[in-house]
Amino acid sequence: MIDKLLKREDFAEKIFDGAVLMIGGFLGDGTPELLIDEIVKAGKKNLTVIANDTAFPGKGIGKLISAGLVKKAIVSHIGTNPETQKMMIDSTMEVELVPQGTLAEKVRAGGFGLGGILTPTGLGTVVEDDKQRCVVDGKEYLIEPAIKADIALLKAKKADELGNLTYNLTAQNFNPLMAFAAQMTVVEVEELVPRGGISPNDVRTPHAVIDYIVKGDCQ
Amino acid sequence: MITDKVKVREIIAKRVALELHDGDIVNLGIGIPTLVGNYLPQGVHIFLQSENGVLGMGGAPKLGHENKDMNNAGGMPAAFLPGAAAFDSATSFGLIRGGHVAATVLGALQVDEKGHLANWMIPGKLIPGMGGAMDLVTGAKKVIVSMTHLQKDGSAKIIPECTLPLTSIRKIDLIVTEAAVIEVTDNGLLLKELGPDTTLEEVIQATSAKLTLSDDLKPMPIQMS
Repeated sequence: MIDKLLKREDFAEKIFDGAVLMIGGFLGDGTPELLIDEIVKAGKKNLTVIANDTAFPGKGIGKLISAGLVKKAIVSHIGTNPETQKMMIDSTMEVELVPQGTLAEKVRAGGFGLGGILTPTGLGTVVEDDKQRCVVDGKEYLIEPAIKADIALLKAKKADELGNLTYNLTAQNFNPLMAFAAQMTVVEVEELVPRGGISPNDVRTPHAVIDYIVKGDCQ
Repeated sequence: MITDKVKVREIIAKRVALELHDGDIVNLGIGIPTLVGNYLPQGVHIFLQSENGVLGMGGAPKLGHENKDMNNAGGMPAAFLPGAAAFDSATSFGLIRGGHVAATVLGALQVDEKGHLANWMIPGKLIPGMGGAMDLVTGAKKVIVSMTHLQKDGSAKIIPECTLPLTSIRKIDLIVTEAAVIEVTDNGLLLKELGPDTTLEEVIQATSAKLTLSDDLKPMPIQMS
């Protein structure tokens, strides 16, 4: 049996400069805070971050932004982080804004083996630039290609030793989608239980897509 | 026109509240829209849907009862009502884009004669991003814009054609400001109601888009505190 447990201090060596990261969370809720601290400590740079948002300065993904480690952010919202907005306006960081529902589906498609999705969202707006349209049953849609990452950094409430995961309330958000969409996944968990410690009915993410588990603080 | 900021917010929130029906699934944006929940008519109970993955969100929790994983879409602590459901972002936007949300109430930077809305960026200046707004405006059954009638600098928000990047090409349904209720129809903007202490001349003056007057133009049916 592969041992998926990873010591917190050994995590950063899994991340390489220039890596494309997916990071779970919604304004910091459901973001693996300890994993981010380790990346900042190790000074991994030129990162591409795919996430819902860049949280707040000093919180979650905001820490990566403040430290100047992010080359490009693919996100739906940066309104709570003035640093991201400033870097975007000054062109010191590339920011690609994607409608939130479209981003969720692009990630889901990437992990579920689909080439992309068809959505009415963004038709006739700047989101349509450089994209194709198609018509299904007389209705127009934008073709939004799937998106994948090198590494997904997730936050879960609980994992068993195999890597089956449960989440807590609004900390779920993008985590179960990103779990499928990267070459490698690392999950930070609040609680670690033995194999069989989570009822099959409660498993939200099956262990097949989890590579490493880092035990975080119990909160 | 009323200019007191607190009263302006109260007027808008109270009037929007009258658009909601018992049992509706509603998404309220940040700012004035959030206040709408405080003014629902007696007997009207709605289910608040929140982009971050909740159906059945309540208001702010009591001090000391915050849960780090129970937040609203603005990242602030929220209470969940009995019967609430939590889910991932794809499910959340399945509700939104899939037409399962009865109404979305959101703010605007500009609205135009065609009923187009711009509310997510001012190029080179202010770039909050669209977040869930593009999906909400595209997918909700009814889109209600709630906003102050004028920009902070006194210029018009309701204009002939949006100059800022659009949120969606889907027409919004209703505009509610402290000065007016305006319905978006196939023939343009129809002025239906006037706000408290507001004259028709004031509304026309404060609106650069062309307005058609309703045959039944009347005051907003709200009581001020």
